Amino acid sequence: MSIGLNHFLLLGSVLFAISVLGIFLNRKNVIVLLMAIELMLLAVNTNFIAFAHYLNDPAGQIFVFFILTVAAAESAIGLAILVLLFRNLKSINVEDLDELKG
Amino acid sequence: MSFQMPDILPALPEIFVLSMACVLLLVEAYLKPKTATYLITLGTLLGSAAITVFTGMLDPVYTFNGMFVDDVMGDMLKLMADLAAIVAMIYSRQYLADREMLRGEYFALVLFAVLGMMVMISASHFLTLYLGVELLSLSLYAMVALQRDSARATEAAMKYFILGALASGLLLYGMSMLYGLSGSLELSKVARAVHEGTQSNMVMVFGLVFVVAGLGFKLGAAPFHMWVPDIYHGAPTAVTLFIGTAPKLAAFAFAMRLLVDGLQPAHGDWQQMLAVMAVMSMAIGNLAAIMQSNIKRMLAYSTIAHMGFLLLGILSGSLAGFSASMFYAITYVLMSLGTFGMVIYLSSAGYEAENLDDYKGLNARHPWLAAIMGMLMLSMAGLPPFVGFYAKFTVLQSLVGAGWLGLAVVAVLFSLIGAYYYLRIVKLMYFDTPHADAHPIAMAGDARILLSVNGLAVLGLGLMPQALMALCTASVQFSYW
Repeated sequence: MSIGLNHFLLLGSVLFAISVLGIFLNRKNVIVLLMAIELMLLAVNTNFIAFAHYLNDPAGQIFVFFILTVAAAESAIGLAILVLLFRNLKSINVEDLDELKG
Repeated sequence: MSFQMPDILPALPEIFVLSMACVLLLVEAYLKPKTATYLITLGTLLGSAAITVFTGMLDPVYTFNGMFVDDVMGDMLKLMADLAAIVAMIYSRQYLADREMLRGEYFALVLFAVLGMMVMISASHFLTLYLGVELLSLSLYAMVALQRDSARATEAAMKYFILGALASGLLLYGMSMLYGLSGSLELSKVARAVHEGTQSNMVMVFGLVFVVAGLGFKLGAAPFHMWVPDIYHGAPTAVTLFIGTAPKLAAFAFAMRLLVDGLQPAHGDWQQMLAVMAVMSMAIGNLAAIMQSNIKRMLAYSTIAHMGFLLLGILSGSLAGFSASMFYAITYVLMSLGTFGMVIYLSSAGYEAENLDDYKGLNARHPWLAAIMGMLMLSMAGLPPFVGFYAKFTVLQSLVGAGWLGLAVVAVLFSLIGAYYYLRIVKLMYFDTPHADAHPIAMAGDARILLSVNGLAVLGLGLMPQALMALCTASVQFSYW
């Protein structure tokens, strides 16, 4: 059996589903949320690269470079906010993020 | 292979803002006076507005290999976003100074956020659209977290960050599907591929669902609205003022670029999704706002309801609908500037006027302020002769014109429910007695004058909406017809 486009798309959708579930089911740790977001962007990258390869169009691969760069900037900001959060709440438990509601 | 220099003239406003943001970072590092960065920010925004007006062309100009478009609708929205950011800066100067946030980094983030909005507004390619959204969002996350010792602000920043990143992920996943379907990242080529319909319609709808979900998150429309109340409530009021105004114009442009430039042939499919989102937004926004005791939270739910109304104009899919939506976005930003400006105005060092009780008997303490706030509230509720009425009226007119009579009736009913919580503020201000220990009201002179102008503009535009409406219609017409 040869590996075709739909196998890559399936991989991408499974990774994407895992990351969305990770965001919604996780009740313990904010760092896990950051990891899930990273995974989500990687799922998208898999999709783009698979399409770019099968369409013979390098634009999709170049898009991936930009997504990777933005993901790095995003993690930097996310971790910076996480440090502030730990300083203020002395916890990185998702359940402790409950002051704002209603 | 030779490299051809792209035509950079259409992107001149963006290039100017980017260079000035870099200058501002240098000035912040070397100059002591705190007001220097504030003045540079105002100058940059004014300059960018002027360049936008003077380099504007009537016909759309594509440059950077079709990644960037300069059209009249974009110019108009950029101009409004610049002006909104200027007004927001003037309102928030005193507030920021009182809380030791009047620093270079705040203004650098503002300029980068404005740059992100401008890139979004002018995007004609998935890449520029995505980069604009991210530049705006990343700057806003950092601005929310700028008050470092406030647990509330950092919690809001974390929630904003997680949900914003989730929205970007959904958007990108949808974009990847549309890319696979059409073989191009350029919005016009995507539109052509969808129009020809050679590929499977199911994949297109699959991608469309994700793209619309990402768009819903960025607009703050239900069922993707969860972040809006928490962020509006938790962020420092000056940041809430900024988030609640200019980015709404960019979000409108985002919806237009994605759905009209890129997916107009799939109009029938996204129309249904927008209709569901609009009804849910108006229902959740208006009903939940009634139960709030914090004015920032109440205004957040009101934003959700207004975004629902904005979607109604877009989904009707006609020239009248798009221009009504654009008019709605611009006037909503005007009203929102005034209301959050008022919350800032009534706050003072170490005190936030964010509970509804703080507005009790405002008329007895300061009749003019109460009058302005009253006009803003009546306008938000959509009562004539204020501009909010005309904005809602034109959206409904276009909706009925497109044959969505039932949806128009629902919109009117929810506006009626929404009027309750706006009128409650008017009642609190005029018929209740103020607290004995009410905080004194103090604000810088320029902001006070601007707030009065802002309030009167809501009345003036309501009496004479034709000029602005004609501008909106003309800009949509030159860009799309």
